[in-house]
Amino acid sequence: MAELRNMSVTDSRTRSATRRVTAAPDTVISAENLTLGYGSFVAVRDVSLDIPDRKVTAIIGPSGCGKSTLLRAMNRMNDVVPSANVQGRLLYRGLDIYSPRCDSVELRLKIGMVFQRPNPFPKSIYKNVAWAPKINGYRGDMGELVERSLQHAALWDEVKDKLHQCAYALSGGQQQRLCIARAIALQPDVLLMDEPCSALDPIATARIEDLIDELENRYTVVLVTHNMQQAARVSDLTAFMYMGELVEFDATETMFTKPGRQRTQDYITGRFG
Amino acid sequence: MNAEPLDFQPGLARRRRAGRLFTLALTAAGLAGIGFLIVLLARVLWEGAPSLSRDFLANFPSVLNPPKAGVKSALWGTVWLMTMTVLVSVPIGVATAVYLEEHAPNNRLTRFIHLNIANLAGVPSIVYGILGLAVFVRWMHFDRSVAAGALTLSLLIMPVIIIASREALLAVPQSFRHAALALGATKWQTIRAHVLPAALPGIITGVILAVSRAIGEAAPLLMIGALTYVAFVPEGPFDAFTALPIQIFDWCDRPQPQFHHLAAAGILVLLSILLPMNAVAVALRAWHTRRKAWQNSGI
Repeated sequence: MAELRNMSVTDSRTRSATRRVTAAPDTVISAENLTLGYGSFVAVRDVSLDIPDRKVTAIIGPSGCGKSTLLRAMNRMNDVVPSANVQGRLLYRGLDIYSPRCDSVELRLKIGMVFQRPNPFPKSIYKNVAWAPKINGYRGDMGELVERSLQHAALWDEVKDKLHQCAYALSGGQQQRLCIARAIALQPDVLLMDEPCSALDPIATARIEDLIDELENRYTVVLVTHNMQQAARVSDLTAFMYMGELVEFDATETMFTKPGRQRTQDYITGRFG
Repeated sequence: MNAEPLDFQPGLARRRRAGRLFTLALTAAGLAGIGFLIVLLARVLWEGAPSLSRDFLANFPSVLNPPKAGVKSALWGTVWLMTMTVLVSVPIGVATAVYLEEHAPNNRLTRFIHLNIANLAGVPSIVYGILGLAVFVRWMHFDRSVAAGALTLSLLIMPVIIIASREALLAVPQSFRHAALALGATKWQTIRAHVLPAALPGIITGVILAVSRAIGEAAPLLMIGALTYVAFVPEGPFDAFTALPIQIFDWCDRPQPQFHHLAAAGILVLLSILLPMNAVAVALRAWHTRRKAWQNSGI
Protein backbone atom coordinates (compact mmCIF):
# COMPACT_ATOMS: atom_id res chain seq x y z
CA MET A 1 0.00 0.00 0.00
CA ALA A 2 2.68 2.38 1.03
CA GLU A 3 4.60 1.62 -2.11
CA LEU A 4 1.69 2.66 -4.28
CA ARG A 5 1.38 5.98 -2.59
CA ASN A 6 3.43 8.86 -3.83
CA MET A 7 6.48 8.74 -1.63
CA SER A 8 6.53 12.38 -0.77
CA VAL A 9 8.31 13.31 2.38
CA THR A 10 5.98 15.07 4.71
CA ASP A 11 8.55 16.95 6.72
CA SER A 12 8.36 20.41 5.22
CA ARG A 13 11.95 21.27 5.97
CA THR A 14 13.25 18.34 3.98
CA ARG A 15 10.74 18.35 1.18
CA SER A 16 12.71 20.29 -1.33
CA ALA A 17 15.91 18.51 -0.53
CA THR A 18 14.49 15.04 -0.94
CA ARG A 19 12.37 15.44 -4.01
CA ARG A 20 14.75 13.68 -6.28
CA VAL A 21 15.15 10.79 -3.90
CA THR A 22 11.47 10.08 -3.49
CA ALA A 23 11.21 9.85 -7.23
CA ALA A 24 13.20 6.61 -7.04
CA PRO A 25 11.03 3.71 -8.18
CA ASP A 26 11.62 1.26 -5.37
CA THR A 27 11.50 2.15 -1.73
CA VAL A 28 12.59 -0.56 0.66
CA ILE A 29 12.34 1.15 4.02
CA SER A 30 10.22 4.16 4.59
CA ALA A 31 9.91 6.25 7.75
CA GLU A 32 6.82 8.37 8.18
CA ASN A 33 6.94 11.00 10.92
CA LEU A 34 8.95 8.57 12.97
CA THR A 35 9.75 9.53 16.54
CA LEU A 36 11.89 7.21 18.66
CA GLY A 37 12.77 7.56 22.29
CA TYR A 38 14.03 5.85 25.41
CA GLY A 39 11.70 6.58 28.33
CA SER A 40 11.05 10.29 28.22
CA PHE A 41 14.17 11.02 26.16
CA VAL A 42 13.50 11.66 22.49
CA ALA A 43 16.34 10.32 20.34
CA VAL A 44 14.80 10.71 16.89
CA ARG A 45 12.14 13.37 16.23
CA ASP A 46 9.60 13.29 13.44
CA VAL A 47 11.82 11.82 10.75
CA SER A 48 10.47 10.94 7.33
CA LEU A 49 12.68 9.40 4.67
CA ASP A 50 12.62 6.71 2.01
CA ILE A 51 15.49 4.32 1.52
CA PRO A 52 15.74 3.13 -2.07
CA ASP A 53 16.42 -0.42 -3.25
CA ARG A 54 19.95 -1.59 -4.17
CA LYS A 55 21.61 1.65 -3.12
CA VAL A 56 23.95 2.59 -0.32
CA THR A 57 22.30 5.12 1.93
CA ALA A 58 24.54 6.76 4.51
CA ILE A 59 23.26 8.41 7.66
CA ILE A 60 25.72 10.92 9.05
CA GLY A 61 25.69 13.34 11.92
CA PRO A 62 27.50 14.14 15.17
CA SER A 63 27.47 11.74 18.12
CA GLY A 64 24.09 11.47 19.80
CA CYS A 65 22.15 12.76 16.80
CA GLY A 66 19.97 9.65 16.77
CA LYS A 67 21.42 8.01 13.68
CA SER A 68 22.13 4.67 15.35
CA THR A 69 18.72 4.68 17.04
CA LEU A 70 17.09 5.22 13.65
CA LEU A 71 19.11 2.37 12.15
CA ARG A 72 18.39 -0.02 15.00
CA ALA A 73 14.67 0.70 14.69
CA MET A 74 14.76 -0.72 11.16
CA ASN A 75 15.29 -4.32 12.37
CA ARG A 76 13.72 -3.77 15.78
CA MET A 77 17.01 -4.13 17.62
CA ASN A 78 15.81 -1.31 19.85
CA ASP A 79 13.39 -3.84 21.29
CA VAL A 80 16.17 -5.08 23.55
CA VAL A 81 16.04 -1.75 25.39
CA PRO A 82 12.98 -2.08 27.64
CA SER A 83 12.19 1.65 27.72
CA ALA A 84 12.36 2.17 23.94
CA ASN A 85 9.24 3.67 22.41
CA VAL A 86 8.03 4.49 18.91
CA GLN A 87 5.60 6.92 17.31
CA GLY A 88 4.84 7.34 13.65
CA ARG A 89 5.37 4.61 11.12
CA LEU A 90 8.31 2.68 9.79
CA LEU A 91 7.57 0.53 6.77
CA TYR A 92 9.57 -2.29 5.25
CA ARG A 93 8.22 -2.93 1.76
CA GLY A 94 4.82 -1.79 2.90
CA LEU A 95 4.80 -3.76 6.16
CA ASP A 96 4.63 -1.69 9.31
CA ILE A 97 7.67 -2.85 11.25
CA TYR A 98 6.15 -1.95 14.60
CA SER A 99 2.70 -3.38 14.02
CA PRO A 100 1.78 -6.58 15.85
CA ARG A 101 1.60 -8.33 12.48
CA CYS A 102 5.34 -7.95 12.07
CA ASP A 103 7.38 -10.70 13.73
CA SER A 104 10.77 -9.36 14.72
CA VAL A 105 12.49 -12.71 14.16
CA GLU A 106 11.12 -12.91 10.61
CA LEU A 107 11.97 -9.27 9.96
CA ARG A 108 15.59 -9.79 10.99
CA LEU A 109 15.93 -12.58 8.46
CA LYS A 110 15.21 -9.98 5.79
CA ILE A 111 17.09 -7.12 7.38
CA GLY A 112 20.54 -8.12 8.53
CA MET A 113 22.84 -6.06 10.71
CA VAL A 114 26.53 -5.45 11.22
CA PHE A 115 27.52 -3.84 14.48
CA GLN A 116 29.98 -1.18 15.48
CA ARG A 117 32.47 -3.56 17.06
CA PRO A 118 33.09 -6.91 15.40
CA ASN A 119 31.14 -9.42 17.47
CA PRO A 120 31.81 -12.91 16.15
CA PHE A 121 30.67 -15.81 18.28
CA PRO A 122 33.45 -17.58 20.19
CA LYS A 123 33.20 -20.47 17.75
CA SER A 124 34.91 -21.50 14.54
CA ILE A 125 34.78 -19.33 11.43
CA TYR A 126 32.62 -21.95 9.76
CA LYS A 127 30.15 -22.14 12.63
CA ASN A 128 29.90 -18.37 12.79
CA VAL A 129 28.58 -18.31 9.25
CA ALA A 130 26.60 -21.55 9.33
CA TRP A 131 24.75 -21.06 12.61
CA ALA A 132 22.03 -18.66 11.44
CA PRO A 133 21.24 -20.61 8.24
CA LYS A 134 21.10 -23.78 10.31
CA ILE A 135 18.60 -22.51 12.88
CA ASN A 136 16.55 -21.03 10.06
CA GLY A 137 16.28 -24.36 8.31
CA TYR A 138 18.62 -23.83 5.35
CA ARG A 139 18.17 -26.84 3.08
CA GLY A 140 20.93 -26.32 0.55
CA ASP A 141 24.57 -27.34 0.78
CA MET A 142 25.87 -25.66 3.91
CA GLY A 143 29.54 -25.84 2.90
CA GLU A 144 28.77 -24.12 -0.33
CA LEU A 145 26.72 -21.42 1.38
CA VAL A 146 29.54 -20.73 3.84
CA GLU A 147 32.05 -20.49 1.01
CA ARG A 148 29.83 -18.20 -1.05
CA SER A 149 29.11 -15.93 1.91
CA LEU A 150 32.77 -15.66 2.79
CA GLN A 151 33.58 -14.93 -0.84
CA HIS A 152 30.98 -12.19 -1.01
CA ALA A 153 32.46 -10.74 2.16
CA ALA A 154 35.92 -10.79 0.53
CA LEU A 155 37.26 -13.03 3.26
CA TRP A 156 37.35 -16.47 1.66
CA ASP A 157 40.93 -16.37 0.41
CA GLU A 158 42.24 -15.42 3.83
CA VAL A 159 40.36 -18.06 5.80
CA LYS A 160 39.73 -20.98 3.46
CA ASP A 161 42.49 -23.02 5.08
CA LYS A 162 41.41 -22.35 8.64
CA LEU A 163 37.64 -22.54 8.58
CA HIS A 164 37.59 -24.52 11.78
CA GLN A 165 39.77 -22.20 13.79
CA CYS A 166 38.23 -19.91 16.35
CA ALA A 167 37.02 -16.62 14.91
CA TYR A 168 38.97 -14.76 17.58
CA ALA A 169 42.21 -15.72 15.86
CA LEU A 170 41.31 -13.26 13.09
CA SER A 171 42.27 -9.59 13.03
CA GLY A 172 39.67 -6.95 13.82
CA GLY A 173 39.06 -6.16 10.15
CA GLN A 174 38.76 -9.84 9.28
CA GLN A 175 36.36 -10.34 12.17
CA GLN A 176 34.19 -7.53 10.85
CA ARG A 177 34.15 -9.06 7.38
CA LEU A 178 33.23 -12.37 9.03
CA CYS A 179 30.30 -10.59 10.66
CA ILE A 180 29.30 -9.31 7.23
CA ALA A 181 29.60 -12.84 5.80
CA ARG A 182 27.49 -14.12 8.68
CA ALA A 183 24.80 -11.53 7.94
CA ILE A 184 24.70 -12.14 4.17
CA ALA A 185 24.61 -15.92 4.61
CA LEU A 186 20.89 -15.46 5.32
CA GLN A 187 20.54 -13.78 1.92
CA PRO A 188 18.86 -10.73 3.42
CA ASP A 189 17.19 -7.96 1.48
CA VAL A 190 18.71 -5.13 3.48
CA LEU A 191 21.99 -4.83 5.31
CA LEU A 192 22.16 -2.35 8.17
CA MET A 193 25.66 -1.25 9.15
CA ASP A 194 26.17 0.63 12.38
CA GLU A 195 29.53 2.42 12.08
CA PRO A 196 31.13 -0.81 10.87
CA CYS A 197 34.61 0.70 10.62
CA SER A 198 34.80 2.77 13.76
CA ALA A 199 36.82 0.10 15.59
CA LEU A 200 39.13 -0.62 12.64
CA ASP A 201 42.40 0.75 11.34
CA PRO A 202 42.53 2.64 8.01
CA ILE A 203 43.59 -0.36 5.93
CA ALA A 204 40.85 -2.58 7.29
CA THR A 205 38.45 0.31 6.81
CA ALA A 206 39.41 0.63 3.15
CA ARG A 207 38.70 -3.08 2.64
CA ILE A 208 35.28 -2.82 4.21
CA GLU A 209 34.50 0.21 2.08
CA ASP A 210 35.48 -1.68 -1.08
CA LEU A 211 33.27 -4.48 0.12
CA ILE A 212 30.29 -2.15 0.62
CA ASP A 213 30.72 -1.04 -2.99
CA GLU A 214 30.41 -4.64 -4.13
CA LEU A 215 27.53 -5.47 -1.80
CA GLU A 216 25.48 -2.69 -3.30
CA ASN A 217 24.60 -4.80 -6.32
CA ARG A 218 22.99 -7.45 -4.19
CA TYR A 219 21.66 -5.68 -1.12
CA THR A 220 20.19 -2.44 -0.01
CA VAL A 221 22.73 -1.03 2.39
CA VAL A 222 22.02 1.48 5.12
CA LEU A 223 25.24 2.73 6.65
CA VAL A 224 25.55 4.82 9.77
CA THR A 225 28.88 6.56 10.00
CA HIS A 226 30.43 9.48 11.79
CA ASN A 227 33.06 9.60 9.11
CA MET A 228 31.98 12.05 6.43
CA GLN A 229 34.67 11.00 3.99
CA GLN A 230 33.40 7.47 4.26
CA ALA A 231 29.86 8.56 3.45
CA ALA A 232 31.18 10.54 0.50
CA ARG A 233 33.22 7.58 -0.75
CA VAL A 234 30.74 4.73 -0.54
CA SER A 235 27.18 6.02 -0.50
CA ASP A 236 24.72 6.97 -3.21
CA LEU A 237 22.52 8.94 -0.87
CA THR A 238 23.27 10.71 2.35
CA ALA A 239 21.00 11.70 5.20
CA PHE A 240 22.29 14.26 7.65
CA MET A 241 20.84 14.17 11.14
CA TYR A 242 21.32 16.67 13.90
CA MET A 243 19.90 16.53 17.42
CA GLY A 244 17.41 13.82 16.53
CA GLU A 245 16.08 15.54 13.44
CA LEU A 246 16.67 14.83 9.80
CA VAL A 247 18.19 18.01 8.42
CA GLU A 248 18.69 16.99 4.84
CA PHE A 249 18.53 13.90 2.66
CA ASP A 250 19.77 13.89 -0.90
CA ALA A 251 22.10 12.31 -3.39
CA THR A 252 25.54 12.10 -1.82
CA GLU A 253 27.11 14.18 -4.54
CA THR A 254 24.64 16.99 -4.00
CA MET A 255 25.01 16.80 -0.24
CA PHE A 256 28.75 17.19 -0.43
CA THR A 257 28.94 19.77 -3.20
CA LYS A 258 25.92 21.99 -2.85
CA PRO A 259 23.90 21.09 0.24
CA GLY A 260 20.53 22.76 0.53
CA ARG A 261 20.84 23.79 4.14
CA GLN A 262 23.34 25.87 6.02
CA ARG A 263 23.69 23.37 8.87
CA THR A 264 24.63 20.58 6.46
CA GLN A 265 27.17 22.86 4.86
CA ASP A 266 28.62 23.69 8.29
CA TYR A 267 28.88 20.05 9.34
CA ILE A 268 30.33 18.83 6.09
CA THR A 269 32.96 21.53 6.00
CA GLY A 270 33.91 20.65 9.55
CA ARG A 271 32.71 23.81 11.24
CA PHE A 272 31.12 21.74 14.00
CA GLY A 273 30.50 18.13 14.90
CA MET B 1 66.71 25.66 40.95
CA ASN B 2 64.37 27.48 43.23
CA ALA B 3 63.15 24.55 45.30
CA GLU B 4 62.30 25.52 48.82
CA PRO B 5 63.32 22.67 51.05
CA LEU B 6 61.21 23.89 53.98
CA ASP B 7 57.91 23.20 52.23
CA PHE B 8 58.32 19.44 52.29
CA GLN B 9 59.42 17.04 54.98
CA PRO B 10 59.34 13.75 53.14
CA GLY B 11 60.15 11.63 56.21
CA LEU B 12 61.15 8.84 53.85
CA ALA B 13 62.71 6.67 56.53
CA ARG B 14 59.53 6.65 58.58
CA ARG B 15 57.36 5.91 55.54
CA ARG B 16 59.56 3.06 54.44
CA ARG B 17 59.48 1.65 57.96
CA ALA B 18 55.67 1.75 57.97
CA GLY B 19 55.64 0.05 54.58
CA ARG B 20 57.89 -2.74 55.78
CA LEU B 21 55.83 -3.17 58.92
CA PHE B 22 52.64 -3.59 56.96
CA THR B 23 54.19 -5.98 54.45
CA LEU B 24 55.27 -8.06 57.40
CA ALA B 25 51.85 -7.94 59.07
CA LEU B 26 50.05 -8.89 55.88
CA THR B 27 52.44 -11.75 55.15
CA ALA B 28 51.94 -13.01 58.67
CA ALA B 29 48.17 -12.91 58.25
CA GLY B 30 48.44 -14.84 55.01
CA LEU B 31 50.75 -17.44 56.47
CA ALA B 32 48.55 -17.85 59.55
CA GLY B 33 45.77 -19.24 57.38
CA ILE B 34 48.11 -21.70 55.69
CA GLY B 35 49.66 -22.54 59.04
CA PHE B 36 46.34 -23.50 60.60
CA LEU B 37 45.48 -25.61 57.58
CA ILE B 38 48.78 -27.47 57.81
CA VAL B 39 48.39 -28.07 61.57
CA LEU B 40 44.85 -29.30 61.02
CA LEU B 41 45.81 -31.63 58.20
CA ALA B 42 48.82 -32.96 60.05
CA ARG B 43 46.77 -33.73 63.16
CA VAL B 44 44.04 -35.47 61.20
CA LEU B 45 46.61 -37.44 59.21
CA TRP B 46 48.42 -38.42 62.38
CA GLU B 47 45.26 -39.66 64.03
CA GLY B 48 43.45 -41.08 61.07
CA ALA B 49 46.04 -42.50 58.69
CA PRO B 50 46.59 -45.73 60.64
CA SER B 51 42.88 -46.56 60.47
CA LEU B 52 42.72 -45.82 56.76
CA SER B 53 42.67 -48.97 54.68
CA ARG B 54 40.71 -50.68 51.98
CA ASP B 55 38.67 -52.34 54.70
CA PHE B 56 37.79 -48.95 56.13
CA LEU B 57 36.09 -48.06 52.85
CA ALA B 58 34.50 -51.48 52.39
CA ASN B 59 33.19 -52.19 55.90
CA PHE B 60 30.04 -51.02 57.56
CA PRO B 61 30.32 -49.13 60.84
CA SER B 62 30.45 -51.22 63.96
CA VAL B 63 29.66 -50.10 67.45
CA LEU B 64 31.20 -53.12 69.14
CA ASN B 65 34.30 -53.69 67.08
CA PRO B 66 36.04 -50.40 66.22
CA PRO B 67 39.01 -51.96 64.38
CA LYS B 68 36.61 -53.51 61.89
CA ALA B 69 34.43 -50.44 61.45
CA GLY B 70 34.26 -48.64 58.11
CA VAL B 71 32.50 -45.92 56.19
CA LYS B 72 30.86 -47.95 53.44
CA SER B 73 27.32 -46.88 54.29
CA ALA B 74 28.34 -43.27 54.92
CA LEU B 75 30.33 -43.05 51.69
CA TRP B 76 27.49 -44.46 49.61
CA GLY B 77 25.02 -42.32 51.49
CA THR B 78 27.04 -39.25 50.56
CA VAL B 79 27.24 -40.34 46.92
CA TRP B 80 23.46 -40.86 46.81
CA LEU B 81 22.83 -37.61 48.60
CA MET B 82 25.08 -35.52 46.38
CA THR B 83 23.85 -37.05 43.14
CA MET B 84 20.26 -36.31 44.01
CA THR B 85 21.07 -32.87 45.35
CA VAL B 86 22.79 -31.96 42.08
CA LEU B 87 19.95 -33.39 40.01
CA VAL B 88 17.44 -31.27 41.90
CA SER B 89 19.32 -28.04 42.58
CA VAL B 90 21.26 -27.49 39.35
CA PRO B 91 18.38 -27.51 36.84
CA ILE B 92 16.16 -25.36 39.05
CA GLY B 93 19.01 -23.06 40.10
CA VAL B 94 20.34 -22.48 36.60
CA ALA B 95 16.85 -22.04 35.19
CA THR B 96 16.09 -19.45 37.87
CA ALA B 97 19.29 -17.59 37.03
CA VAL B 98 18.48 -17.61 33.31
CA TYR B 99 15.00 -16.32 34.04
CA LEU B 100 16.25 -13.55 36.31
CA GLU B 101 19.08 -12.50 34.02
CA GLU B 102 17.56 -12.94 30.56
CA HIS B 103 13.79 -12.73 30.90
CA ALA B 104 12.64 -10.98 34.05
CA PRO B 105 11.64 -7.36 33.61
CA ASN B 106 13.61 -4.97 35.75
CA ASN B 107 10.86 -4.16 38.23
CA ARG B 108 10.26 -4.18 41.94
CA LEU B 109 9.31 -7.86 42.07
CA THR B 110 12.52 -8.92 40.31
CA ARG B 111 14.64 -6.80 42.64
CA PHE B 112 12.76 -8.30 45.61
CA ILE B 113 13.57 -11.80 44.36
CA HIS B 114 17.24 -10.86 43.90
CA LEU B 115 17.43 -9.51 47.42
CA ASN B 116 15.80 -12.59 48.87
CA ILE B 117 18.09 -15.00 47.08
CA ALA B 118 21.10 -13.09 48.37
CA ASN B 119 19.65 -13.30 51.88
CA LEU B 120 18.85 -17.00 51.57
CA ALA B 121 22.48 -17.71 50.70
CA GLY B 122 23.37 -16.42 54.16
CA VAL B 123 20.78 -18.35 56.17
CA PRO B 124 22.40 -20.84 58.61
CA SER B 125 22.15 -24.42 57.42
CA ILE B 126 20.37 -25.59 60.58
CA VAL B 127 17.42 -23.40 59.56
CA TYR B 128 17.17 -25.32 56.31
CA GLY B 129 17.22 -28.46 58.43
CA ILE B 130 14.17 -27.26 60.36
CA LEU B 131 12.42 -26.44 57.10
CA GLY B 132 13.32 -29.86 55.66
CA LEU B 133 12.03 -31.57 58.79
CA ALA B 134 8.71 -29.77 58.60
CA VAL B 135 8.16 -29.98 54.85
CA PHE B 136 9.90 -33.05 53.49
CA VAL B 137 10.03 -35.39 56.49
CA ARG B 138 6.70 -34.69 58.15
CA TRP B 139 4.41 -33.00 55.62
CA MET B 140 5.49 -34.92 52.51
CA HIS B 141 6.16 -38.10 54.51
CA PHE B 142 9.58 -38.73 53.01
CA ASP B 143 10.65 -39.77 56.48
CA ARG B 144 14.39 -39.80 57.13
CA SER B 145 15.15 -40.82 53.56
CA VAL B 146 17.82 -39.86 51.04
CA ALA B 147 15.13 -37.86 49.22
CA ALA B 148 14.37 -35.75 52.28
CA GLY B 149 18.08 -35.10 52.84
CA ALA B 150 18.78 -34.30 49.20
CA LEU B 151 15.84 -31.91 48.94
CA THR B 152 16.93 -30.14 52.11
CA LEU B 153 20.49 -29.78 50.85
CA SER B 154 19.15 -28.63 47.47
CA LEU B 155 17.34 -25.78 49.17
CA LEU B 156 20.53 -24.97 51.02
CA ILE B 157 22.75 -24.69 47.94
CA MET B 158 20.26 -23.39 45.41
CA PRO B 159 20.79 -19.72 46.31
CA VAL B 160 24.53 -20.20 45.88
CA ILE B 161 24.02 -21.82 42.47
CA ILE B 162 21.61 -19.07 41.39
CA ILE B 163 24.02 -16.31 42.40
CA ALA B 164 27.02 -17.97 40.73
CA SER B 165 25.03 -18.65 37.55
CA ARG B 166 23.75 -15.08 37.43
CA GLU B 167 27.28 -13.75 37.69
CA ALA B 168 28.36 -16.07 34.90
CA LEU B 169 25.47 -14.99 32.67
CA LEU B 170 26.14 -11.35 33.45
CA ALA B 171 29.72 -11.77 32.25
CA VAL B 172 28.57 -12.89 28.79
CA PRO B 173 28.97 -9.85 26.54
CA GLN B 174 25.76 -8.24 25.38
CA SER B 175 27.17 -8.25 21.85
CA PHE B 176 26.70 -12.05 21.62
CA ARG B 177 23.01 -11.66 22.30
CA HIS B 178 22.68 -8.82 19.81
CA ALA B 179 24.58 -10.73 17.14
CA ALA B 180 22.35 -13.77 17.51
CA LEU B 181 19.10 -11.80 17.64
CA ALA B 182 20.08 -9.79 14.56
CA LEU B 183 20.55 -13.09 12.72
CA GLY B 184 16.93 -14.05 13.17
CA ALA B 185 17.36 -16.18 16.28
CA THR B 186 14.65 -16.38 18.90
CA LYS B 187 15.45 -15.51 22.46
CA TRP B 188 15.69 -19.15 23.47
CA GLN B 189 17.96 -20.00 20.51
CA THR B 190 20.20 -17.12 21.52
CA ILE B 191 20.39 -18.32 25.12
CA ARG B 192 20.76 -21.98 24.22
CA ALA B 193 23.42 -21.63 21.54
CA HIS B 194 25.50 -18.69 22.75
CA VAL B 195 24.72 -17.37 26.20
CA LEU B 196 24.66 -20.65 28.14
CA PRO B 197 27.79 -22.14 26.52
CA ALA B 198 29.71 -18.94 27.24
CA ALA B 199 28.51 -18.96 30.84
CA LEU B 200 28.93 -22.70 31.39
CA PRO B 201 32.41 -22.78 32.96
CA GLY B 202 31.32 -20.13 35.46
CA ILE B 203 28.15 -22.05 36.24
CA ILE B 204 30.04 -25.31 36.71
CA THR B 205 32.51 -23.62 39.03
CA GLY B 206 29.62 -22.30 41.12
CA VAL B 207 27.97 -25.71 41.21
CA ILE B 208 31.15 -27.45 42.35
CA LEU B 209 31.73 -24.93 45.12
CA ALA B 210 28.10 -25.23 46.21
CA VAL B 211 28.26 -29.02 46.24
CA SER B 212 31.47 -28.98 48.22
CA ARG B 213 29.63 -26.93 50.79
CA ALA B 214 26.73 -29.40 50.87
CA ILE B 215 28.97 -32.45 51.12
CA GLY B 216 30.33 -31.36 54.48
CA GLU B 217 27.00 -30.36 56.02
CA ALA B 218 25.97 -32.35 59.08
CA ALA B 219 23.61 -29.97 60.86
CA PRO B 220 20.62 -29.99 58.46
CA LEU B 221 20.88 -33.76 58.05
CA LEU B 222 20.92 -34.29 61.81
CA MET B 223 17.96 -31.96 62.02
CA ILE B 224 15.89 -34.04 59.62
CA GLY B 225 16.86 -37.08 61.67
CA ALA B 226 19.35 -38.87 59.45
CA LEU B 227 20.53 -42.01 61.16
CA THR B 228 23.94 -42.20 62.74
CA TYR B 229 24.28 -45.95 62.64
CA VAL B 230 23.42 -47.55 59.32
CA ALA B 231 24.65 -50.99 58.31
CA PHE B 232 23.36 -50.98 54.75
CA VAL B 233 23.76 -49.05 51.54
CA PRO B 234 20.67 -47.13 50.34
CA GLU B 235 19.13 -48.78 47.31
CA GLY B 236 16.59 -46.14 46.40
CA PRO B 237 15.78 -42.50 47.10
CA PHE B 238 13.37 -43.41 49.86
CA ASP B 239 15.79 -45.55 51.88
CA ALA B 240 17.24 -44.38 55.16
CA PHE B 241 20.83 -43.24 54.98
CA THR B 242 23.79 -41.83 56.77
CA ALA B 243 26.47 -39.57 55.31
CA LEU B 244 30.16 -38.95 55.93
CA PRO B 245 29.78 -35.84 58.11
CA ILE B 246 27.16 -37.57 60.24
CA GLN B 247 29.30 -40.67 60.64
CA ILE B 248 32.24 -38.50 61.65
CA PHE B 249 30.06 -36.62 64.10
CA ASP B 250 28.83 -39.86 65.60
CA TRP B 251 32.31 -41.27 66.05
CA CYS B 252 33.58 -38.05 67.59
CA ASP B 253 30.72 -38.22 70.05
CA ARG B 254 31.76 -41.57 71.47
CA PRO B 255 34.08 -41.70 74.49
CA GLN B 256 36.41 -44.49 73.34
CA PRO B 257 39.60 -43.18 71.68
CA GLN B 258 39.42 -45.84 68.93
CA PHE B 259 36.39 -44.08 67.56
CA HIS B 260 38.24 -40.78 67.47
CA HIS B 261 40.79 -42.38 65.16
CA LEU B 262 37.95 -43.61 62.99
CA ALA B 263 36.54 -40.08 62.92
CA ALA B 264 39.90 -38.73 61.75
CA ALA B 265 40.04 -41.39 59.04
CA GLY B 266 36.51 -40.41 58.01
CA ILE B 267 37.61 -36.79 57.76
CA LEU B 268 40.45 -37.89 55.48
CA VAL B 269 37.95 -39.67 53.22
CA LEU B 270 35.76 -36.57 53.13
CA LEU B 271 38.74 -34.33 52.39
CA SER B 272 39.95 -36.62 49.63
CA ILE B 273 36.60 -36.05 47.90
CA LEU B 274 36.46 -32.34 48.66
CA LEU B 275 39.94 -31.21 47.70
CA PRO B 276 39.88 -32.64 44.15
CA MET B 277 36.46 -31.05 43.65
CA ASN B 278 37.77 -27.66 44.69
CA ALA B 279 40.87 -28.15 42.56
CA VAL B 280 38.68 -28.81 39.53
CA ALA B 281 36.68 -25.67 40.27
CA VAL B 282 39.84 -23.57 40.55
CA ALA B 283 41.35 -25.08 37.39
CA LEU B 284 38.13 -24.55 35.48
CA ARG B 285 38.01 -20.93 36.50
CA ALA B 286 41.62 -20.35 35.52
CA TRP B 287 41.11 -22.06 32.18
CA HIS B 288 37.98 -20.08 31.54
CA THR B 289 39.66 -16.76 32.32
CA ARG B 290 42.39 -17.55 29.84
CA ARG B 291 39.95 -18.74 27.20
CA LYS B 292 37.70 -15.70 27.40
CA ALA B 293 39.12 -14.15 24.29
CA TRP B 294 36.25 -11.69 24.03
CA GLN B 295 37.44 -9.95 27.17
CA ASN B 296 40.97 -9.22 26.09
CA SER B 297 40.81 -9.17 22.32
CA GLY B 298 41.58 -5.50 21.93
CA ILE B 299 40.12 -4.94 18.52
